[in-house]
Amino acid sequence: MNKVVNSIEEAIKDIKDGMTLMFGGFGLCGLPEKGVEAVLKSGVKDLTCISCTAGVDDFGLGLLLQNNQVKKLIASYIGENDDAEKRLFAGDYELELVPQGTIAERARAGGAGIPAFYVPASYGTEAAEGKEVRDFDGKMYVMEKAFKADYAFVKAWKGDSNGNLIYKATSNNLNNPMAMCGKITIAEVEELVPAGELDPHHIHTPGIFIQHIFQGTEYEKRIEFLTLRDK
Amino acid sequence: MALDKIGIAKRIAQEMKDGDYINLGIGVPTMAANFIPKGVNVVIHTENGLLGMGTFPSKDNYDADLVNAGKQTVTALPGASFFDSSLSFAMIRGGHIDLTVLGAFEVTDKGDIASWKIPGSRVKGMGGAMDLVAAAKNIIVAMTHSNRNGEPKLKQHCTLPLTGVKCVKMIVTDLAVIKVTENGFKLLERAPGVSVDEIVQATEAPLIIEGDIPEMKI
Repeated sequence: MNKVVNSIEEAIKDIKDGMTLMFGGFGLCGLPEKGVEAVLKSGVKDLTCISCTAGVDDFGLGLLLQNNQVKKLIASYIGENDDAEKRLFAGDYELELVPQGTIAERARAGGAGIPAFYVPASYGTEAAEGKEVRDFDGKMYVMEKAFKADYAFVKAWKGDSNGNLIYKATSNNLNNPMAMCGKITIAEVEELVPAGELDPHHIHTPGIFIQHIFQGTEYEKRIEFLTLRDK
Repeated sequence: MALDKIGIAKRIAQEMKDGDYINLGIGVPTMAANFIPKGVNVVIHTENGLLGMGTFPSKDNYDADLVNAGKQTVTALPGASFFDSSLSFAMIRGGHIDLTVLGAFEVTDKGDIASWKIPGSRVKGMGGAMDLVAAAKNIIVAMTHSNRNGEPKLKQHCTLPLTGVKCVKMIVTDLAVIKVTENGFKLLERAPGVSVDEIVQATEAPLIIEGDIPEMKI
């Protein structure tokens, strides 16, 4: 089943104001750079964006915040983005902070047909306010609902024309769960090959979850904290 | 004399047991990996998707796709594995992580912890901390005994937003090693040259003190 598109613009031609978009990546690692760029260029606004972090001031999700396209951000951490913090205090967008594992599971559940589930994370904290809690075997849990997303943007190392994906090192992170969750999931890869060339044993995300795939070029792959052992 | 960061990291490392799967928070907890006792083999988990984290890379072999939970470049040891965030937090939530070490702004004598938000001044977010404190078998907090204004961080009630409730088992500070028991804080060890009295003065919650309190062996 050929899912290759020639450009990301073709893949997001139906994107509209007010939609819910999901972006894989942990900080800038595994970030769907081309997906962010395309949403930026499209100019759609009043978006609800779901992402592990807010990126940094001038890269990743930070670009969409700077361009006032985001109405609500759902993330676990915005710490490396001073601009996002300033804009939050200025009331430019709404922020829902969610524990990182809960973000991952809400995405996975959304793709797995599980409408809600219970986790121990956040019990007794302000992140659990307004949520149902329940005792299982003497321990308290918080009910969390699955995400729904109009589009999910994910980035992989290698992919094939069927949409099968392989991630490099720790760049999988939120990409696999979010790939499962998008009504339309768009995968961008560094290397795209014809179906049959990737070893099926090595596939991380099976192509059934992917609607469109394309090969990105000129990845910046910015590093947030280059930390070396030699001084 | 109060311990420096390295001293706290060294004392934390003594709590690591052979065969442990360990998650280390950013800063002093991560430094503890440098002082793991000889003969103790542990596997370091980093929640963004790696079991078997190694040292920081050399200038010739770093990779933007290989980072730790603090978004620093790292390496993977032989025998390591990579996975997605859902599976990574299943390891945490499912109780497969033996020890979690993290920093904190405040800890109470019930084991409550506040570590992620200072209302009105900084919003960063909880990241994976709420998942970790809600599920790890053993949670140790590494922090200074007092905050930068000289106020105690070991309290009866947290004044800052909570990260988790009744979860911290032990606290290692620059002054002391303190266990959280059913009856409150119990003083186990003191930093070399620091008196029990100094520790009591710097702790807002009551301390259970039984017999002679030994000095930490760093």
